[in-house]
Amino acid sequence: MSIIKTGAYIVSSYSVVGTLEGKGPLGGKFDYADGTDDTFGKKSWEASESEMQRVAAVGAMHKAGVAPSDVGAVFSGDLINQCIASTHGLMGLGIPDVGLFGACSTCAESILLASIYSSFVKDISMAVTSSHNCSAERQFRFPVEYAALRTPTSQWTVTGAAAFMVSSEKTECAVRVADGMFGRIIDSKTDDLNNMGAAMAPAAADTLLRYFDESGTSPADYDRIVTGDLGREGSSLLCEFMTAAGYDLYQRHGDCGLDIYDIEASDVHSGGSGCGCSAAVISAKYLDMIRKGTVRNMLFVGTGALMNAMSVGQGNTIPAIAHLVRFTS
Amino acid sequence: MTEEYKKYTVRHAPKSPVVKDTLRAFLCGGALCAAAEGLKNLYLFAMMSRDDASLITSVTLVFLAVLTTGLGVFDSAARFAGAGLLVPITGFANAVAAPAIDSKTEGYVLGVGAKIFTVAGPVILYGTVSGALYGAIYYLWRIFS
Repeated sequence: MSIIKTGAYIVSSYSVVGTLEGKGPLGGKFDYADGTDDTFGKKSWEASESEMQRVAAVGAMHKAGVAPSDVGAVFSGDLINQCIASTHGLMGLGIPDVGLFGACSTCAESILLASIYSSFVKDISMAVTSSHNCSAERQFRFPVEYAALRTPTSQWTVTGAAAFMVSSEKTECAVRVADGMFGRIIDSKTDDLNNMGAAMAPAAADTLLRYFDESGTSPADYDRIVTGDLGREGSSLLCEFMTAAGYDLYQRHGDCGLDIYDIEASDVHSGGSGCGCSAAVISAKYLDMIRKGTVRNMLFVGTGALMNAMSVGQGNTIPAIAHLVRFTS
Repeated sequence: MTEEYKKYTVRHAPKSPVVKDTLRAFLCGGALCAAAEGLKNLYLFAMMSRDDASLITSVTLVFLAVLTTGLGVFDSAARFAGAGLLVPITGFANAVAAPAIDSKTEGYVLGVGAKIFTVAGPVILYGTVSGALYGAIYYLWRIFS
């Protein structure tokens, strides 16, 4: 059995985004939007991302009315080398930390692990993930101010973070993490750094097909099926895959990378990406829909491309992974 | 997954708007070069020699490109103008200034010093090598012709 049943609840969440994201279609829904051109008052982009992690974590704890000493473990991750954004951001809190890397799938990975932890230990835990456009650009592509031109399939790394407080005990407006499934590493044999959607869509399809197969369900059983950051290109490929496998996803599919920006006006090409993208959108949009009752049963599939600039430079393909979490009201 | 999927993703992907991009590059690049010509005439008018005026024109363009890179507007302008801003000397200036600004947080020696040519490095290396090769060929040509 690959489906892991958990008995945990997200009791609060807090989202932090950058300036461009704050001006996007979900602008008013985020808990905190930066007004200092994404610096968050810090001198380096990496420190800015750490600050986002700290603000998100403190915000989520504040909303849930818990102190750092009440939290048994924090499952944290980001995209920066050796995950310094999360470790440097959270070190002041003194919470036992589990550092994670699943590229842009880390948000789903951390929520699932925190839920497993909380249901097993019967304790409060936290999942925090982030990405920052400028720190990611610097590491994966080019210097921030370098005028590199983008292809229509390229995606824009979201400046965003979110923290999710997970508890084994239900509260009034808690969202249930019903179950989940870890993804397999899928090598689609693509190698285009500017088309991550194409690299990640097969991984998302693999996890969804395994989940439907094992649970005996189909897309019609869910109000929404939301992917992390496939963007326009990857979403289109995923829906094609699923149609070919006999599942109609078109009516229910949503993608956090498409939700966060006004794609045409913001010049972000295929949409947003990064583990802060799905984290902020799940926190601000989808958990809110579940709390309000407009969505009762949804699948969240966090997608990640497993590569770095060196692996691609050495001629490797870009494998991908997709972790699934099911939220219910 | 097979090689077929990779080929499919290439066919599936939307194509860059080549006509629009080329037209913008042609107009913006042309306008930039025309403005540079005007600048050169201005320097000639200020009694500079032809060589000096050409040199100072390039220096002015490099200065403006570096300044706008620092102000954070060069990349926005290049998104519109494309190759019109990147092919002239302004693109090269941006390629040197951007990593310098970026790596300042890592210090002046191992940051700026070590990383300033991460983007322009290949152009500098292979430009110099091909220049030397061309020089050698030209030298031999002069001897034997």
